[in-house]
Amino acid sequence: MEGERIAECRLRSAELEAAISFRIPKSKFRICIMSRHPSYLGVFLTFARNSLVRDMTFRANFIIDTISSISWMIMNLGFYALVYRKTSHIADWDKYQFFVFISTTMFVNSLVQAFFMPNAEELSEQVRTGGLDFALLKPIDTQFLVSLRKVAWSSLGNFFVALILLAYSVPRIEGLDLTVWQVVLYPLYVLMGVFILYSIMIALAATSIWLGRNQSLYDFWFYITNFSRYPMEIYEGTWGTPLRQIFTFVIPILVVINVPARLMAKPLSTEYAWMAAFGLVATVGSVLASRWVFNRALKSYRSASS
Amino acid sequence: MFARAETWWTIFKICVEERLVYRGDFALGTLMRFLPIVTQIFLWTAVFASAGTATIQGFTREDVVAYYLLTMLARAFSSMPGLASGLARQIREGEIKKFLIQPIDLISYLLLARTAHKVVYYLIATGPFALVFYLCRDYFHGWPPIEVFLAFVVSLLLSFLLGFYMEATMGMISFWFLEVSSLLFVHMLFIFFFSGHMFPLEFLPDFWKSVIDYTPFPYLAYFPSAVFLGKVQGAVLVKGLVIEAAWTVGFIVLCRFSMQAGYRRYSGYGG
Repeated sequence: MEGERIAECRLRSAELEAAISFRIPKSKFRICIMSRHPSYLGVFLTFARNSLVRDMTFRANFIIDTISSISWMIMNLGFYALVYRKTSHIADWDKYQFFVFISTTMFVNSLVQAFFMPNAEELSEQVRTGGLDFALLKPIDTQFLVSLRKVAWSSLGNFFVALILLAYSVPRIEGLDLTVWQVVLYPLYVLMGVFILYSIMIALAATSIWLGRNQSLYDFWFYITNFSRYPMEIYEGTWGTPLRQIFTFVIPILVVINVPARLMAKPLSTEYAWMAAFGLVATVGSVLASRWVFNRALKSYRSASS
Repeated sequence: MFARAETWWTIFKICVEERLVYRGDFALGTLMRFLPIVTQIFLWTAVFASAGTATIQGFTREDVVAYYLLTMLARAFSSMPGLASGLARQIREGEIKKFLIQPIDLISYLLLARTAHKVVYYLIATGPFALVFYLCRDYFHGWPPIEVFLAFVVSLLLSFLLGFYMEATMGMISFWFLEVSSLLFVHMLFIFFFSGHMFPLEFLPDFWKSVIDYTPFPYLAYFPSAVFLGKVQGAVLVKGLVIEAAWTVGFIVLCRFSMQAGYRRYSGYGG
């Protein structure tokens, strides 16, 4: 709570400055003060610090949270370990290649869960209770404020587990020579995946403005990202191919994990080089589309008696 | 007796209506539930294609898909979303006080509310369920014999009660601990992995399978599905039903006991 208050004060002082700048017309400094954007990085760092302070206030809870989110992933890993006892390959991904795929999933999901998930959940609640008014009043981009207000530090536990898993699996893949390109591009494509997922998430959360409440947001999120957790090669056949195309070109969730994972586990052949290029296009497209949806939804926002 | 029945009937009606308020949200949620099955079909098709064998631990590809569909049906009975966390919130925020002063029994109220929610859910979900099962009819080997089907129905109804009382007991823990969300998460993990929701439990090493059979978890999803598919028969089936019933009774007692103990511990302040 303390942390929130500090953030509030900082924001208020930013508001105050903006107000003051209006009161001194014709001043030489006016332009310079007026054009002073809020420092987005500064605000974000404050949010991040406040969240850490709050997390550290309930340290035991933080540790349990970290452990439980890690154990969730370990169970997932256990499932695939079981499956690989019965088969050597799943759609040409052998065990260690698939472990790279899983660690990529963990990287992307832990980042999304740490930075965006708690905020998207809160957005639906704020819409329902009218708390969004306060976000709209702040002299800062609303989407930025709404998307990054909280950081769930405990979700980053999986990020480190993913690092370990990656370091364990990559050397065990047969016939893989790591190149500099892979090392440079992999984190970039992981970040692009995060942005794609974020776009879908914020667009979904914005729909709660229309629906009044969107409790199934989390479910929907789980189900839709569920498709991204598997190598795209498994979507084959009469139903699979159209499904793969929809989830690549319309809602590009298959790009999220598949492109970085493939880049690391089985370097892109020319056949898949277009995918790397497409990944970039998909990221830019999703971010722009989600911003459009968000602003569109905001226009329909009616405050709930605050 | 009549007044009492009327009270319960009123509660039931209110809960049904409450459930129907956010219809759009609810319908969307129901529809989404079927999406994971699609990926499971593709995943297991790929696994069976790569493994090059027709069966894995006695399961064909069709069996696995049918299994997943049936676990979804079983979870529609046994899963109690928000029950334990709602109870925990009521205890933490003091809302629980109303059950202490009104002549309404907390557990019966919750059971009634949950039944109302489930009834509404089945009314809305029957359509999608029937459609999906019809579309996937080729994965099943027809209807099981009548006695197996009866056992299946019994195991489903028991799984509803087991799921409810287990979850409610978890909620009662918050009489002792203020913050139980992490505990509930761990509980959910166990259910997800060991109820057989993720994979047929036969895929586990034999030792673990035999241990898990004695825990309450498999009876929330694995057991009813395995009964329907004829994977458990005869004495094993009866033994399974007995274990399931025993756990259900155990949790009914534990839930009531922990509620009474919790009431004695509880102190509420202010209005």
